[in-house]
Amino acid sequence: MLEIQGLNAWYGESHVLHGIDFEVREGEVVTLLGRNGAGKTTTMKAIMGLVPRRAGNIRFRGAETIGLRPDLIARRGIALCPEERGIFATLNVTENLLLPPVIAPGGLDTETIYTLFPNLKERAASQGTKLSGGEQQMLAIARILRTGARLLLLDEPTEGLAPVIVQQIGRTIREIKKRGFTVLLVEQNFRFAATVADRHYVVEHGRVIDMIPNALLEANMAKLHDYLGV
Amino acid sequence: MFSIFGIPAPLLFGQILLGLINGGFYALLSLGLAIIFGMLNIINFAHGALFMMGAFVAWMLLNYLGINYWFALLLSPLIIGVFGIVLEKAVISRLYKLDHLYGLLLTFGLALVIEGLFRNEFGSSGLPYQIPPILSGAVNLGFMFLPIYRGWVVVVAFVVCLATWLIIEKTRLGSTLRAATENPALVQAFGVNVPRLVSLTYAGGVALAAFAGVLAAPIYSVNPNMGSNFIITVFAVVVIGGMGSIIGSVLTGFGLGIVEGLTKVFYPQASDTVIFVVMVIVLLTRPAGLFGKTA
Repeated sequence: MLEIQGLNAWYGESHVLHGIDFEVREGEVVTLLGRNGAGKTTTMKAIMGLVPRRAGNIRFRGAETIGLRPDLIARRGIALCPEERGIFATLNVTENLLLPPVIAPGGLDTETIYTLFPNLKERAASQGTKLSGGEQQMLAIARILRTGARLLLLDEPTEGLAPVIVQQIGRTIREIKKRGFTVLLVEQNFRFAATVADRHYVVEHGRVIDMIPNALLEANMAKLHDYLGV
Repeated sequence: MFSIFGIPAPLLFGQILLGLINGGFYALLSLGLAIIFGMLNIINFAHGALFMMGAFVAWMLLNYLGINYWFALLLSPLIIGVFGIVLEKAVISRLYKLDHLYGLLLTFGLALVIEGLFRNEFGSSGLPYQIPPILSGAVNLGFMFLPIYRGWVVVVAFVVCLATWLIIEKTRLGSTLRAATENPALVQAFGVNVPRLVSLTYAGGVALAAFAGVLAAPIYSVNPNMGSNFIITVFAVVVIGGMGSIIGSVLTGFGLGIVEGLTKVFYPQASDTVIFVVMVIVLLTRPAGLFGKTA
């Protein structure tokens, strides 16, 4: 579904991604693991066209997207749930939820979303940023399920959340996988990633240095500890 | 005829009406400025020139094409809106990554060029524009005579401000605009064509100025300086209301129009400066403006 080859990205003079290669197949949940500053979030932003300069190949459903504007990339069927959630303070919960335009049929309807995230219905009229961290994360995920995008990029959805909320996010990701969405997940917490993902790519210094199928994660624990410095 | 605080009622209410009319223009102009500043981060000094162009387009439509006031109220904002899109795409869009100061200098320069061109073509003595027949005349309200056209200006300015506010606060388009003001990159990553939204926002803001220009044409003579006379006061209104605040600019626009009108009754010497005195007091006590949010 998504094939990335030789992806380079720059912020001004600083060269952040040095030839990232990986692929995500339809229906998979794939994680990018790596230390802080390894280039995981930049990879997500580069896929969406949100870095100032990028080069290489990003093929989505066989079509090249590297030269496209972010809105045109989104309209091909990729949706981003950004780091720190990106909830809009001037919008209430419903407005936040309905903000991303529907780009294709096949997204979840509002009723289904409220069934999956009952808290959001109760707080529909609240200002987006008045929600708890967990609720904001749910809202950030919920709003991209509506749009009909089939590839979801989730950037550190568990960051800064209490363990019970992290479990809830895990259940949500398994549920959206069951509904046929494909997920690319950025995580620092590989114990969480292990509960949801099919495969893990390890990113270091702007390159993918290893790929570990989830079934072999236990066997590769020592190597992973070494990569992530935990 | 009764009097209030020793002031004859017709004089007092006449000045309040005058204040409301000016307030209507302040509100329409500062509303456009606030929308443009919120979305483009550009302090649009060309706003007065575009207001003036709105009045001139109405005058030209009437005198060259025989198109009356009512159609001009629709056509002039449309024409100036399209001109705004060209302006935004061709020059203003090049400044988004630079400091506010560049946008201010560019639009100030644009205002000088536009006003210069009109002065060259039409002179600076002013051209007359007749009040449409249905709105001419006055009604006796008992405590004052109300010229119908002036009443119309106050009402229509208020209605247009209210409609703009409703669009921004209560519609899908409005929530997209507010979100794009907050985080344009993310809104674009959701699939919204933000560059087009920005152009349309600029067009909408200057269309409001042009609309105000058409409303002003029968009251003031249509002349190349009519915008620059207003724009300094309008900037004071925007600062007092809070930069980028929609509701702030509308309420402050009408409010300060009335304050100015009342000052003309009670202490005429201060009527030209009262808004700036208010601005100083507001800046000292609430630097973000009455309705602005501190960063």
